[in-house]
Amino acid sequence: MQSAAGIDEEPFAAGLTACIQRCVAGAQKITNLVRLSGGASQETWSFRAVGPGVDRALILRRQPDTIGIAPKLPLATEAALMRAAGAAGVPSPHVLHVLAAADGIGEGFLMDHIAGETIARKLLRNEEFAAARPKLPLQVGAILARIHALQPGNLPPLPITSARKELAELRDAYHRDGQPRPVFELAFRWLAERAPSDPATPSVVHGDFRTGNLIVGGEGIRAVLDWELACRGDPVRDLGWFCTISWRFGAIDKPAGGFGSREELLAGYQAAGGRPVSLQELYYWEVFGSLRWGVFCLSMRARSAGKDRSLERAMIGRRASEAEIDLLHLIAPLGD
Amino acid sequence: MQDPPRPETLVAAVAAFLRAEIAPQIKDVANFQLRVAINALELVARQLVLAPGSDAAELRSLEKLLGRTGTLDELNTALCGAIGDGSAKLESRQLQRHLWSTTMAKLAVDQPSYATYKRALAQDG
Repeated sequence: MQSAAGIDEEPFAAGLTACIQRCVAGAQKITNLVRLSGGASQETWSFRAVGPGVDRALILRRQPDTIGIAPKLPLATEAALMRAAGAAGVPSPHVLHVLAAADGIGEGFLMDHIAGETIARKLLRNEEFAAARPKLPLQVGAILARIHALQPGNLPPLPITSARKELAELRDAYHRDGQPRPVFELAFRWLAERAPSDPATPSVVHGDFRTGNLIVGGEGIRAVLDWELACRGDPVRDLGWFCTISWRFGAIDKPAGGFGSREELLAGYQAAGGRPVSLQELYYWEVFGSLRWGVFCLSMRARSAGKDRSLERAMIGRRASEAEIDLLHLIAPLGD
Repeated sequence: MQDPPRPETLVAAVAAFLRAEIAPQIKDVANFQLRVAINALELVARQLVLAPGSDAAELRSLEKLLGRTGTLDELNTALCGAIGDGSAKLESRQLQRHLWSTTMAKLAVDQPSYATYKRALAQDG
């Protein structure tokens, strides 16, 4: 049997059934197994664990052990981060089980399915989220303050990064792509000249905190997802990434994710214990965010030319130019 | 000389056909993938129409900026070098104008509905 995404799911469906029989009391079988998304290295599946008196909607995040692409972080680390974040008051899905070798279905974890919307276009335009929208900048600020206060000592090891270190990594990826891009060169120079000093005690940073990785309901944020780029570093990076122009999804005059102002975001951050952040600091990480997104687009194109021949990834390569126009808008605005 | 219709006309016609006639009949994941495919065809059609003119303009602008001749790839690589070593500066109006016009030409092909692009078009008059 082939899923819509073209993955052979038979061998792992049997393993998953055995696994839920062990960790969901009363569950006997799985139904409605559907692959939601993911590239070649990671998969997300939705299904129901069903038995007498039991019908529980669950999500499996999984890395099949047949594929030799290393994920950014082990999924067990992602699960540990979600558990720690949940305990610290960050809306997080409950993690039921982290897959062990004995489960025989690769690396990954099981979590409760949380109903809600992740698609930015709907969150920014649909009437059902009209009441939630103005609350989101404050909520995001508060959630990020809680994430940045997580104690790294209680977590699996996370890579430590800084503006300078990540700029060097982005520059490597840009050079591997090979296409000369004067706008990226200018942005690399601008960011290198203004790079903040490395924080003395790097905070836990989510790494990809933006609309699309949040589950939102009519009342506000229900869950923070996708910790695969988590690291320790400058906490303002998460705030700047949320405000990066691409992540405003067209609502460019509302810097906080298309939902509201930077001032609201920073007020929410500080009210929940985050350190004071200046607009200038935030601006640095917004410029950084546009360059980071642009380089990610190049990496997607590179992958689409290799094993993972996806038209969607190839087309994302053509979005590097959106980062270029945003960078020019930020560092060399028209009519200045 | 090849006969009409021209490639850009044919590609645009295929995209319009898929969007109007086929997409409404396709559901779910396949519908999403079909829409990505239609977007790709429309991009190709725009590039076939626009790139000859914008590439020529970019080449002339690079030659003026750098005071030498070469291919687009060579001159863009040289400009990257000049920005990297600080000999071409962000404050240069000529450099800013060049980067804005080449970037606007990319967006006109890649993503003409992108908000920052539409804003810049409106500002440019």
